[in-house]
Amino acid sequence: MKIVVDFDLCESNAICMQIAPDIFEVRDDDFLYVLNEEPGEEDRARVDECVQRCPKQAISVQG
Amino acid sequence: MTRRSITIVGASLAGIRAAESLRRQDFDGAITLIGDELHAPYDRPPLSKQFLAGDWETDRLTLTQPDKLDDLDLDLRLGVRAASFDLDSRRLGLADLEDQSSEELVVDGLLIATGARCRTLGGAEGLDGVFVLRSLDDSLAIRAAFDAGPARVVIVGAGFIGAEVAATARTQGLDVTMIESLPQPLSRVLGDEMGGVCADLHREHGVDLRTGVGVEAIEGDGHVERVRLNDGSMIEADVVVVGIGVIPNTEWLEGSGLTIDNGVVCDATCLAAPGVTAAGDVACWPNRRFGEVMRVEHWDNAVAQGAHAARRLLVEDDEAEPFIPVPWFWSDQYDRKIQMAGRIGLDDEMHIATGSLAERRFAAIYGRAGRLVGVLGFNRPRHVMRYRMLIEEGVSFEDAIAAEI
Ligand SMILES: Cc1cc2nc3c(=O)[nH]c(=O)nc-3n(C[C@H](O)[C@H](O)[C@H](O)COP(=O)(O)OP(=O)(O)OC[C@H]3O[C@@H](n4cnc5c(N)ncnc54)[C@H](O)[C@@H]3O)c2cc1C
Ligand code: SF4
Repeated sequence: MKIVVDFDLCESNAICMQIAPDIFEVRDDDFLYVLNEEPGEEDRARVDECVQRCPKQAISVQG
Repeated sequence: MTRRSITIVGASLAGIRAAESLRRQDFDGAITLIGDELHAPYDRPPLSKQFLAGDWETDRLTLTQPDKLDDLDLDLRLGVRAASFDLDSRRLGLADLEDQSSEELVVDGLLIATGARCRTLGGAEGLDGVFVLRSLDDSLAIRAAFDAGPARVVIVGAGFIGAEVAATARTQGLDVTMIESLPQPLSRVLGDEMGGVCADLHREHGVDLRTGVGVEAIEGDGHVERVRLNDGSMIEADVVVVGIGVIPNTEWLEGSGLTIDNGVVCDATCLAAPGVTAAGDVACWPNRRFGEVMRVEHWDNAVAQGAHAARRLLVEDDEAEPFIPVPWFWSDQYDRKIQMAGRIGLDDEMHIATGSLAERRFAAIYGRAGRLVGVLGFNRPRHVMRYRMLIEEGVSFEDAIAAEI
C-alpha cells in the first residue's frame, strides 16, 4: 500500500501522527513528513484509521 | 455477539463513520442508515469556512466517496425522519419527508447519531435575512446573502461558529458587527484572558465586536432591518447570523424508555440501553478519564465515538470498553488555527509552554490537581497534539511543563 498526502489540504494538525507516529511526523517547522510511504499490510488498520480521522481528508491510500 | 442487523439513525459524520466501522469489524448483517436530510452525507466544518467563502463547492464536502459508499452495502434512506422509538417493542417509527408516508421497523441493534440543531432567538423566525448555520442549505443561504453585498452583517454570539462566520465575512470585505453577551468571546470556556486574545484577533481584522451586551430583539418588516441591544443601542443589519449554541436532537426519543438529559444518556461504554448506543453531538456519557459526564460537539469526537458505539453493538457486555477520549477540536479564523485538547477549567493553573499571546502563536497548557488536563494552541498544531498525547498518558502538570516538545 502507498500513502499519498495532499499537502494542499493537510493542515499539520498531527492527528495522523498520534495514531501512527512511526509513519507520520509533524516536525518543528509545523510541516507533516511521511516517514514511511509504503508501510506493510500489518499497518493497514492504523493507516485506515488515519485516513478516517484526518479532518481535512488529506490522506489517501493506493493499493 | 451475533447481531442480524443494525439501524443507524442520523446519516452524518457519526452515523456514516459508524457504518464504516461496522464493515471494518467484518459485520456482514444488514445496515440501515436513516437521515432526514436529502443530501448524501456531507462534512460540516467547511460550511463556516471554505464553502461559505465560496472557495469550495459541494463536491468537496463529501464524507464518503460514492464508490466507497456503495461498498458499504447500506440500505441508505435519505429524506426519512425517525419519528418515534419504543425500547420494549424495539419499534422505530419513520416518516418519509418527501411523500409523507410513514412506516415502522422492528430494529435489532440501534445506533443513535441524530446530532444537534441550532438554538434560535425567539421572535426572529419569520424575518428574511436572519440565519442559523448547521446544514448545507443554511450555508448556501448565507453564502447567497453575502454574495448580494449586504451593507452590514450582524453576528449574534461570538462562539466558534459565529467567530468563523465573522472571519469569513470580513475576508470577503463585508462590514461585520459581532455581539457577545459574555465579557469576552468564549470566556466561559477559555477564561477572560484567552477570550481577550480572540477579541483582539477579530478587532484587528475590522470586526466591530460588542461584548457584555445582549440582543433584545431582531426587527424588520418582512426582511430584517435592525438588531436592538439590551443597552439601548441599535445596529442596522441586512443579514443576521445567529450562533448561540445547539440543542441535541432527542425529541423523537421522548417516551421511548431511554433516558434523555442534555442528549441521550449512555453508560461509560456508549450504551444507552441493551442493544442501543449513541454517538456524536447527541450523546452524553461519563468519560472516566476525566471523571466527568460529557457531551462533546466536536468533529473528531463524532468520528471516534461513532466507531466506538458501532463496536459496542458487536461485543458482549463484559468485553465492552469504556470510551475515554481526550476531546480535541480546531477552529480556523483568518490565518489562525485555534486548537484545544482535553478539558480547560477556569480555575486551572495555566502555563504558556511556547510562544506568546502577543504574537498569537502559542501553546498554553492547563493543570488541575497536579495533572495535565488541557492544552490550547494558536497556530501550534504539533504542540497541541503532543500535549494531547501527554494528557492521554496521564502525566503530572510539572512533568508536562518540563517536557521537551
Ligand atoms: C458550520 C459548522 C462548523 C463546524 N466546524 C467545526 C470545526 O472546525 N471543528 C470541529 O471540531 N467541529 C466543528 N463542527 C462540529 C462538527 O461538525 C459536529 O461535531 C459534527 O457534525 C457532529 O456530527 P454528528 O453526526 O454527531 O451530528 P450532525 O452532524 O448534527 O448529524 C446528525 C444528522 O442526523 C440528522 N437527524 C436529526 N434528527 C433526525 C431524525 N429524527 N431522523 C433522521 N435523521 C435525523 C440530522 O439532520 C443530521 O443530518 C462544526 C459544525 C458546524 C455546523
Ligand atoms: S491528520 Fe490530516 S491534516 Fe492532520 S497532519 Fe495528518 S494528514 Fe495533515
